This record gives sequence, C-alpha cells and structure tokens, in this order.
Amino acid sequence: MELLKIDHIEKYYGSRSSLTKAIDDISFTVDKGEFTAIMGASGSGKTTLLNVISTIDRVTSGHIYLEGQDITELKSGKLGKFRREKLGFIFQDFNLLDTLTAFENISLALTIQKLPHDEIEKRVRKVAEELGITEVLEKYPYQMSGGQKQRVASARAIVTEPSLVLADEPTGALDSKAAKQLLERFNYLNSERGATIMMVTHDSFTASYAKRVIFIKDGKIFNEFNRGNDSRKEFFNRIIDVVTLLGGDVSDAL
Amino acid sequence: MLFKLSLSNIRRSLKDYAVYFFTLLIGVAVFYVFNAISTQTAFLKISSDTHEAVDILKTLLSGMSVFVAGVLGLLIVYASRFLMKRRHREFALYMMLGMNKSKISALLLTETLLIGLGSLVIGLPVGIGLSQLMSALVAGLFEADMSEYRFIVSGGAVLKTCLYFGLMYVVVMLFNSFMISKSKLIDLMNSGKRSEKPKLKNPVFCVLIFIVAVLMLGYAYYNVGIATKVLSQKKLYICIIMGCISTFLIFWSVSGMLLKTVMSMKKTYFRGLNCFTFRQLSGKVNTVVVSMTIICLMLFLTICALCASFSLRNTLNSNIREFCPVDVEYELAIGNYFDDLTYCDIEEAYAEGGYDLCENLSEYVHINIYKDRGFTMSALIGDKKDEQASKYRFLISDFPETIVRVSDYNKVMELYGRDTLELGEDEFIVVCNYSESEDVRNHFMSKGMELNIFGNTLHSKYDKCIDGFLFMSAQRSNNGLYIVPDDAVDESGRDMDYVFGNFNTDDPDEKAALSAAEHKRYDEVREAFHNNHGEDIFGECVTRDELKASSVGLGAIVTFLGLYLGLVFLIACGAMLALKELSDNVDSAPRYAMLRRLGVEEKDIERSLLVQSGLFFLLPLLLAALHSIFGMRFGLYVLTVFGNTGLGPSIALTAVILALIYGGYFLITYLCSRSIIRERKEL
Ligand SMILES: Nc1ncnc2c1ncn2[C@@H]1O[C@H](COP(=O)(O)OP(=O)(O)O)[C@@H](O)[C@H]1O
Ligand SMILES: [Mg+2]
Repeated sequence: MELLKIDHIEKYYGSRSSLTKAIDDISFTVDKGEFTAIMGASGSGKTTLLNVISTIDRVTSGHIYLEGQDITELKSGKLGKFRREKLGFIFQDFNLLDTLTAFENISLALTIQKLPHDEIEKRVRKVAEELGITEVLEKYPYQMSGGQKQRVASARAIVTEPSLVLADEPTGALDSKAAKQLLERFNYLNSERGATIMMVTHDSFTASYAKRVIFIKDGKIFNEFNRGNDSRKEFFNRIIDVVTLLGGDVSDAL
Repeated sequence: MLFKLSLSNIRRSLKDYAVYFFTLLIGVAVFYVFNAISTQTAFLKISSDTHEAVDILKTLLSGMSVFVAGVLGLLIVYASRFLMKRRHREFALYMMLGMNKSKISALLLTETLLIGLGSLVIGLPVGIGLSQLMSALVAGLFEADMSEYRFIVSGGAVLKTCLYFGLMYVVVMLFNSFMISKSKLIDLMNSGKRSEKPKLKNPVFCVLIFIVAVLMLGYAYYNVGIATKVLSQKKLYICIIMGCISTFLIFWSVSGMLLKTVMSMKKTYFRGLNCFTFRQLSGKVNTVVVSMTIICLMLFLTICALCASFSLRNTLNSNIREFCPVDVEYELAIGNYFDDLTYCDIEEAYAEGGYDLCENLSEYVHINIYKDRGFTMSALIGDKKDEQASKYRFLISDFPETIVRVSDYNKVMELYGRDTLELGEDEFIVVCNYSESEDVRNHFMSKGMELNIFGNTLHSKYDKCIDGFLFMSAQRSNNGLYIVPDDAVDESGRDMDYVFGNFNTDDPDEKAALSAAEHKRYDEVREAFHNNHGEDIFGECVTRDELKASSVGLGAIVTFLGLYLGLVFLIACGAMLALKELSDNVDSAPRYAMLRRLGVEEKDIERSLLVQSGLFFLLPLLLAALHSIFGMRFGLYVLTVFGNTGLGPSIALTAVILALIYGGYFLITYLCSRSIIRERKEL
C-alpha cells in the first residue's frame, strides 16, 4: 500500500542571483512498512528532502502526499497536529531535552497528544523494553551513552505509532558498535512493529540495514534499488558499488 | 575599527543588551527625577512651612541618592557580568583569531562607553519628562497649587546624574577589564558547553527545611505582626534576621519540592507540556535561590515603603479635614506657664490694642475653659495606682484637668458641624480622642463615678470616654476634656479664653493671606499688651493653613522617601529577574525548536513560556506580599500616633505601581523571550 508519494518536488534556496537547487525534481513513492535509506554525498540535498517531507520546510514546487493527503497544502495551523500524529523524528544529535529524564523525554511525545497518564506509562514501558532502554528510563541525557540517547530518541519517535518515522543521520554521532545496535533495533521495529522508516545517511554500512536505497546526487535521484532476497553483506556490496560510481564524495564524507 | 566592532557587537547581541540598556535608562531617569525634585517643587505654590520640609527632604535625598547610587551600581555590575558570561565564547573566538587581552578590554571599554553615553543621552530626556509628571503628582498628593508651574530642567540634577552614572560606568569598565585579564582561553571556550546537571535535592530534607522555615517565619510573623505591643527592639532585630533566613530557606526548599510535588501528581505532570514547563522552572529557581531571596526582601521593603508612605499621606490629609474643621482658632490668657494662667477676655485684649478680633470672621464662637487647681488626674486616680497606672505613668499628670461648660462645648460643636452633648443636672462626660489616654481613663472610669469640682459633686454619665475634641490639631491629640453642666463651674476657675471661627472668604489664596495676617496681628496684640500692662500674654493663633502646611511637609518627606526607595528597589528586582529569564531563554531556544519539531502547537509553547516566566516573577512577589501583611501591621502600629485611615487606597495605589513596573518588566521579559525562542526556527 502506498503511504508516501513524492511528486516532482523542487526546492530552491537563496535569491535570484545566487540560486541553489537543493532538490531538483525528485519523485518516488514509499509503501507502508518499508525501510528506506536515502544516500548521497554531503550537500546533495538529503536533509532538505527530509525537511520538506516533515513540513519543517516548504517545497518550491511539486507535491507530497502522505496517506493521500497533500501535506504541501497544509495550513500552518494544522502542521503541529500533522507532525504530532503522523510523524516520528530521529536526529543525528539526538535532540533530547537535557532537563528531562529518558522516561519524560519519551512520554513528551504522548503528553502533547493529551493521552491519559496510565496509557502513557504503559506505552513508554513497552517501547523502552523493545529498544532495550528500560534501565536508563530514570536517567538524564547527560548520564547516558550516545547509543542509549539515540535509542531513547528512537523510542520517542515511534511511541506515538506514527505513519512515518524520519531519521536524519541517526548513526552519525555513534561509534560502530552503538550504530549496529541501533540499526538492529530499527530492523526489529520495521519487521515486528511494521514501522515505516525513512532514514537519511551517507554511510553505506548504515544504509545496508534498510530494505531499499535511494541515491541522490545534486538534488536529483541518481539510482535506487531494493534489497530483495540479498543478505545484508551482499546488499552492502551493491551499495558500495553505486557509491564508487557516484564518485569519491561519499567515502570522503565517511 | 574598534568603534565599528563595538557597535556591531552591540547590534548583534541587541536582545541581551536590550534589558541591560532598559535598566540603565530607567536608572538614569529615576535618579534624575528624584534629584530634580527640589528644583521642581520650587515652582509649586506651597507655603513656607512646606518649603522647610522640602529643604529637609533635599538633605535627606542627597544622602539617600548615594545609597541608591550604590544599589544601582551593584545592579549594573550584576547585569554587565551577566552579559559578559554570555559572551565568553565570542571572546574566545577573538583570542583564537589573535586578538590580545588588552585589545578585548579596549573593545569592552568602548562598548560600555557607548552604552553608557546612550543611556544618559536617552535617559536624561526621559527623566526630564518624567519629572514634570512627578511635579503634577506632588501637587496632586499634597494639594498644592500648580498655576505658576512651568517646564524646567534642573542643571544640578543633570550634572549629578552624569557624575554618578559616569562613576558607575568606570567601575563597570574596571571590573570587566579585570575579568578579562584574569580569564583563560580554555575556560572561555568551554563556558558555552553546559553539562549542567539538574541538581536534585533530597526531598525529605527539603520538606524538613521547609517546615523549619515556616515555623521560623510563623514565629517572626507572630511577634512582629500580632504581638506587636510587647515587641522589644532586640526581639525585632531577631525577627528580621529570622525572616531573612527563613525566606532563603523557603526558596531553597521550595525549589527542591516544587518539582517533586508536581511530579507526584502524575495526572497533571504528564499532561501537555507540564513536565517540560516545571523542569524548566525548577532548574531556573534552583540556580537563583540567593537572588530570589534578595529580590523577595527588596519587594517586601518596596511594598511596605510604598504602602506606609501612601497611608501616612492619606491619614495626614484626612486628619486635617477631620480635626481642623474651621479656619482659625485664637487662644489667650495672661501668664507664662500653662498651669498657672489668669483669665483675660480675648476680644477685649484685641480691642485694647486697637483691633477688632472678628473683623475677618464670617462666623465665630467665643468661649473659655475652666480649671480647678486641685482637680488633677493624679488626684482623681488617688491611690488606685496599679499596674495599669504605672504602665501609662507618663500620661497621668499633676496638671489641672481641663473643664468645659456643656453649652460652650455644644456651641463649638455646632460651628464644627459635629454632634452635641446632653447632660443631666449633676452629670459629667469625658471627651477624648487620643487612644492611649482613652485607655488609661477608661480603666479608671465607671458609670456614676463621683467627681468633685468647685465644691460640686458630679457623676459620670457613661462608663467610658466619648470620642471628640475641642481644639484644632493636625492629628488625634485630645487627651481628655471634662464636659460639665453650666452651673457646676465657678467664675474664679476661668482659664484660657478661645475664639473659633471661619474667615469671611472662600478663596484659598485669600484664606492663606488672612492666615498670615492673623499671625502678625496676634503678635502685635501681644506686644501692645506687654507695653500696656507689663504682663505677658500666653497663647497663640492657630490656623488650618498652618497646621496643614506642617503636616503636609512631614507627609511629603515620608512619601517621597518611600516612593524613591520603592521605585529603585522595584527596578532593581525587575531587572535582575528579567536578565536571568532572558539569558535562560536564549539557552533554551534549541529546546523550543525541538518541541516544534515534535509537533507542539505554538500556543502551547507560548503558554508554557508564560507559565514559566509568570511563576518565576510571581514566586518572590507572593512571599513578599505575605511578609508585607505582617510587616504592614507593624508599620501601622508604629504610625498609630497619626491614626491610620485610608489603608485600602494605599494598598490599591501600591498594587498599581507594582503592576506597572514589576508587571511591565514581566511583560517585556515575556515578549522578548517569545521572540527569542521564535527566532531560531530551523535547527
Ligand atoms: N537554509 C539554507 N539556505 C541556503 N542554502 C541551503 C540551506 N540549507 C541547505 N542549503 C543548501 O542546499 C544544498 C543541500 O543541503 P542539505 O540538504 O543540507 O544537504 P545534505 O543534508 O545532503 O548534506 C546544499 O548545497 C546547501 O548548501
Ligand atoms: Mg544533512
């Protein structure tokens, strides 16, 4: 079932004299339950793409449909409700509130939906268990490791059971062990919970955990393919091939 | 180059500087206004007595302005230190780019100079404008005539303001240079990276401390506000110290408990942004317990100073209305001491000097009082000297008591427009309005109590004194008159002679002129009498204008000092809170950006901010208001001599001033914070 439809979007930055085409006519669709990685060199427009999908930024032209609703037409008053209910975010720098405990950070996503308290408690505990962070629930961000922080952030993103989880370089600030742990959790969430995940990364290893990869270069789609029945290792090698084709940029960024 | 960099720095951190600049500006304006007050009042038509008061005020103010300059100076240093902290990373960047410390110091110097000059250039005109308003306020408060008023600028006050603030800025510059020369690059670089742990206090300990603080405060409140009458000076000091300490402890423990309490109410805590809001608030309060305490105490002083001074002013004005019902009172007898006088008809004494006492009066009453040499208060009480008697020893005199015939008394009361008295054949009434005398007299009085004067026996009509007075006064000061039947007195007991009357004009200016003329005339009569008889006249002429002027003078001094201190403290409090709140919100801006990404509505974010700033400003105010309730009870007790009418309006006026200045600071802070957290939309 088609969940997200990107329809010929463009995004320009700057004035007439110095125009940057951050996104230059991109179209693709994402089905429900897919785990998609968006890859590309630094400056290729990955973050911009994520930002326009998440309604943080507006497209210059084109349309984006989520569950059939055109989100580029949403009135600014409706944006909050849309983000709250349909989307989950995971950022490179975790973006946890440093004044709140892990539990409170996760529950915030639910309290702003004005859910009853016992329901909140139940859901937070469940998602914490799934992500293996039950023992850090009462800790503050400064007391946690990077991996734990990112898993808390992930818990916050999926606890609302959003239609789409958006992650921008989620492993960017993690060491390889923590990154692997996190990605395995993503896989679990995707296969067991049926979460639809769209993850931006410039790292082939990270991308190899997805089921589908879309490559972007200079604001355009360069290539895309599915994992199919490949093992993760084989998938990784296919990605590396494309990356080499793309030029040195990506490995430079690593 | 340096100048340009400074200017661009200021422009860049305009948000941070805004509150600082605003504080300086108001400081300059207020400083000018109060120093200009003596020049301003010179143009108001107030009598010479009030001018004397203004002179005293001038002396007091110049002393006070040193103290106030001190408070403002501290505030400025505090504020600039705040700004400096915020800019540590900027300095670190300059240093890494190769700028040396002396260059940075010079940069800061230029900045301070620019800001200082700016604050004076804008603050002084604001002050000059405000001082014109202030003059109108003075005139209004003290019922002075403003017809000859014109716009003026006090050169002295301008000079003084420039001098004092110049000095303060120099101190700030030295302070900043010192800070820079002491700082290390690595510390400056790291100062922005906060890994500030939310300090969590042991909740049980917090509750214990809170209970201790409440008990201490209760003790202080009880002694100062309720058991005021038996409060000794030493105990008062102890109570003040206890009040200060417990204020600190309350903030300390509340900052720890606040969060725990809200957290335990899980339904509330986990609703909307509450959890975020209270975390933010408790973090804020936790780091400023000491400043909160100081702010709370200053607010307390402000409320008391404003309230007491307004109340005193109201009381004095209403006392004049009540206790000076006519324009003039003449009194006269022959002699040198008031307990050994010989009767003399006052109208005849005037006539003898060639004057007509009543020529300027539209209506008047002429009476005299009586005294029985053996009839004193001590004699009346006799050997009933008990505890009560020794407590009020100073009120029980050996001087003859004042006796007034009931018909005389009633004539005056009719002129005054007050209630008259009725007496049976052998009855008497004591009229009194000074509360302590009333207490002691009531203690020894009983219904039917016997009294012997001029060989007649009289019985008390009531078992206590009746409220009232005969002689004009600026306050309650009648400590007892015996009203007796007309034939109970003997002409041999005639004492002082009196005329009470109203001038035959309604124009205030003419009344003032008459008032002065009558004083002069009395002196001429006094001189003529001395020349004719070789004896001295005892007595004087008392006018309402004169009583009003001296009483208003006192009120003016107290009100001004109260207003002055109150305003300065208020500004200092508001500025401290605003600075803290604003810089906190600059730090919190990314948190709000993050909330937006989670899909929190703008209105919920604004509400959270409002609750945070609101409670942050409200907390010290609430405790200060509580302090003030008891502090004011004490203040009122001290001011009882003057009576205490019009407390309601005083509180209302104080509340208005608080709302305007403190509320103004709150509003500005909230609006600035809102734009600060709005500004960085993209992360
Ligand atoms: N706010 C902005 N204003 C101007 N140009 C921008 C802005 N954000 C991104 N860009 C430009 O758009 C292009 C794509 O940026 P981005 O989406 O951040 O790339 P990526 O995330 O793939 O590294 C870059 O050339 C970048 O310079
Ligand atoms: Mg990016």
